[in-house]
Order: sequence, then C-alpha cells, then structure tokens
Amino acid sequence: MVEIRDLRKRFGALTALDGVSLTIRPGEITYVVGPNAAGKSTLLKCMVGLVHPDAGRIAIDGTVVNGGWRYRNRIGYVAQSPRFPEAASPRELITFLADLRGTSARNGSHLAELFGLGPAMNRPLRYLSGGTRQKISLVLAAMFDPEILVMDEPTVGLDPLASRRHKQWLCEERARGKTVIVASHLMAELEELADRLVFMLDGRIYFDGPPSQALEAGGERTLEAAIAKMMEEGAAACAAC
Amino acid sequence: MRRMLTVLRFNLRELARSRWVAAYAAFFAAVGWALLSFGESSDQAAASLLNLVVLVVPLASLATSVLQFYNSREYVELLLVQPISRRTAFAGQYLALSISLAGAFALGLLAPFLWCGGKGEALTLLLLLVAGLLLTLIFVALGFLVSVRTDNRLKALGGALALWLFFAVLYDGLLLIVIMAFPTQQLPALLLGLSVLNPLDLARLLVLLRLDIAALLGFTGALFKEFLGSARGLAAALAVLSAWATALILLGARAYTRRDF
Repeated sequence: MVEIRDLRKRFGALTALDGVSLTIRPGEITYVVGPNAAGKSTLLKCMVGLVHPDAGRIAIDGTVVNGGWRYRNRIGYVAQSPRFPEAASPRELITFLADLRGTSARNGSHLAELFGLGPAMNRPLRYLSGGTRQKISLVLAAMFDPEILVMDEPTVGLDPLASRRHKQWLCEERARGKTVIVASHLMAELEELADRLVFMLDGRIYFDGPPSQALEAGGERTLEAAIAKMMEEGAAACAAC
Repeated sequence: MRRMLTVLRFNLRELARSRWVAAYAAFFAAVGWALLSFGESSDQAAASLLNLVVLVVPLASLATSVLQFYNSREYVELLLVQPISRRTAFAGQYLALSISLAGAFALGLLAPFLWCGGKGEALTLLLLLVAGLLLTLIFVALGFLVSVRTDNRLKALGGALALWLFFAVLYDGLLLIVIMAFPTQQLPALLLGLSVLNPLDLARLLVLLRLDIAALLGFTGALFKEFLGSARGLAAALAVLSAWATALILLGARAYTRRDF
C-alpha cells in the first residue's frame, strides 16, 4: 500500500502540489485525471523520486521512502514521453537495467512477445517509432515484476492491438495484487479499467472514490461528462477565489 | 560501486559510438603531427600545443558536457527511477564523459609524438598530458554544474560559453587592470593569488615552468618561477588544479542530487 500525506511542491511561483493526501491500495487500478498542469505528473514523479517534494511524506507499506532510493526496486515507472539512448537497442537497455538491479528481467521476453516487439529488440532505438518506444517503455517498467506500477499516459501512441493487450495485462496484474496508479486522459480506458478515480485540479485532489460515485455525484451518464463537469466546476471555483 | 561501474560501462559504450569523440582525438593528432613535422623544435611544438590545449580542451569539455546532459535527459530519468542513488548516477555519467574526452585527448596527443619517433622531451609531453586531463576533469564538471542548474539548453550552452570566454580571454584583461591599478610593491602577492583563481592560467604554468619559458605567460608565470621555483611551482599548480576539479565535482554532484527531473 502506498500512502501519500500532505505532499507539497512548488516550481517557482507555480504550485504543482498543494497538500495532496492519497492512499493507493494493492489489487486496485487507481486512475489520476485532471486538466493539463493539474499536478498529475508531478505527483507520479514524486512517488518515483524524480521530483523532490517540498513537504509531506510518501510511505510504502508503512515505511517512509522520500529521499531514499532502494524502494525503487519495488516500482516500475512509465514516463509520459519515453526517450532512450539513441544508439542502444532495446535488448542492450534491458541487459543494462538488469545488471544495474543485479537481477534477471523475469518478464522481459514475455512482455516483448505480448507487444510484438520481436524484430525491434535488436534495432537501435533511434530507428524505432514513437509507438514502439512506448511499448519498450512498458516492457522496461514491468520486466522486473514490480509490486507497484506507476504509469504516466502509458497508452499514448499505442496501436489498438497493443492497447488492448496492455489493458488485458493490466487486469492480470491487478488480479495478482499489484498496486497500479495511472495518469491518463483516455476516458474509454478509464471506464474499462479504473477501480478508483482521483480527480486533480491546481495541485489539489477534488474527488477520490470509485467511478460509480463520480457518476452519482455529477448526475451524469458517462465518466467523460462527469469529469468534464468537475473541471468546469473546479475552474469556476478557482476563478471565484 | 557495482551500480556505478554498470552505469559507467553503459555510458562509455554509448560515447564510444559517438563520432564527436573520434573527431576530437583526430583533431589533436592532426595538429600535433603538423606541429612536430613542420615546427623548428619540439619545445616550440609543445608551447604551440599548450596554447591549443588550454583553449580547446575547456571549450570542448564544456560544450560536450552541456549537450550530453540535455541529449541524455530522458535516459537520465530512466536511470533515476531505478534503485540507484543520485550520487552513483552522477558519478557514472561524469566519469564516462571525462574518461571518453580525456582518452580521446590523450590518444590524439600521444599518437603524433609516437609517430614521429618519440621526438621531444618525455616530461614535457607528460605535463602537457596532465594539464589537458586536469582541464578535462574541471570543465566537464563545470559543464555538468551549469546544465544541472537550468532547464533551458540554450541558456546552459550560453552560460558555458560565457564561462569559457571569461577564463580564456576576460581574465587576462582583468589582470591587466589590476597591474595598472595597484602599486608595484603589492603586485607580486596579488597576482600570485589571482592566478590561482584561473585553472587555464594554472594549466599553462604546469607546462611553461618545465619549458623554462615562464616569461611567455607574463607576470604570473615569472612570479610562480621566482617565488616557488620550478618543482614547487609545478606541485602548487597541480595541487590547486586538483582542488578545482574536486570542488567542482562535489558541487556538481550536490546540484544533481537536489535537482528535480
């Protein structure tokens, strides 16, 4: 279980996170949504240690992990726009990360096969398309079978088949008790997969609950409409203050 | 240590594929060969190479480290989400670039001397090598430090070029102003102190004191020779250059550790 308490982060005059508290439970897929610059990516980057929060704490199974690095053994992260060393091949990158962790990439071959990466595995990354790089990013995040998956727009650029397989794989991971947190704008994906919805605006959490509750609260028939309503209400509230 | 060596090995392999590092070695080899083949003496060739080393090595080290930092930004993010400390990641990246540039420089410098049948004095060549290696360590660290402190690639590159211009050109102008502004009796100690603040001047001294033409550097070199003597001057210059490298590496590592990616 990941517990985030009163997380705060400013970039100059911009408040990216303004007292965010959140509990992400294992065996659930938690979707974080919100407009651009709501603080979603910053929240995810704080979890994996790319961004240092100004205040607050992040704990995994009761152990505070801010400022540490060993806990990242338990995390797989998919970046928003993954780019890699241009001259290396995906296979070299996998070997490098396995050497770095001192373990074998247990799921590497299975995931490469799942996403149909076979011929691309030995080609320099500079020759691979955006979608293929995205698939490689997914493989790199999941190949060590981490307990926690942190994913920032993981399906952007994926073809329908890869997107379908990604969803199936995510369901399997949930069934295995993994803790999954995804930042995304794709409503169809969210409706299909989300066990829990977190709506962020201006660095704060405005809604945290199951998608069905979001539909009830908004009085809307689709999640897309419910979230759009939350954005409008949030923007109006911000304008008023 | 195992993690640092893994990062170092991977980065070295990536850099070895870069044509830029090979071009850097070829540049020094070509110039060294031309100076040794067509120059009047090996001392003259060493002095000419020295001028080239103190200008080109810092510029190339600064520019390469800034560009390398921004080009590998996303790779760094991939690296930093692994179970690895920021200091280890910094050490691996910094050492890989320093070793690549220093290796290319050493290869480019030594090849023409060996090609010309060991022409020239071995100690002078060694000092030229040491000066270039220390300048590489210092200016790669400075380049990393500048890059880590800003998100803007152009701003970082501009800052790096401004620093190079300051150390290579403007600093001597400042020394001239000091010479004109202060009474003659206070100048020796003052200039001695000021020369320590410019690693380029110190690198020049390393070689010039050996060539026995310290006057070429003007006041600073003559002073080092007069006050410290050649051997002590060399040791002092080496110690201060090493201190420069250490301080900048530590500052770079600190900034890298605190940075948000």
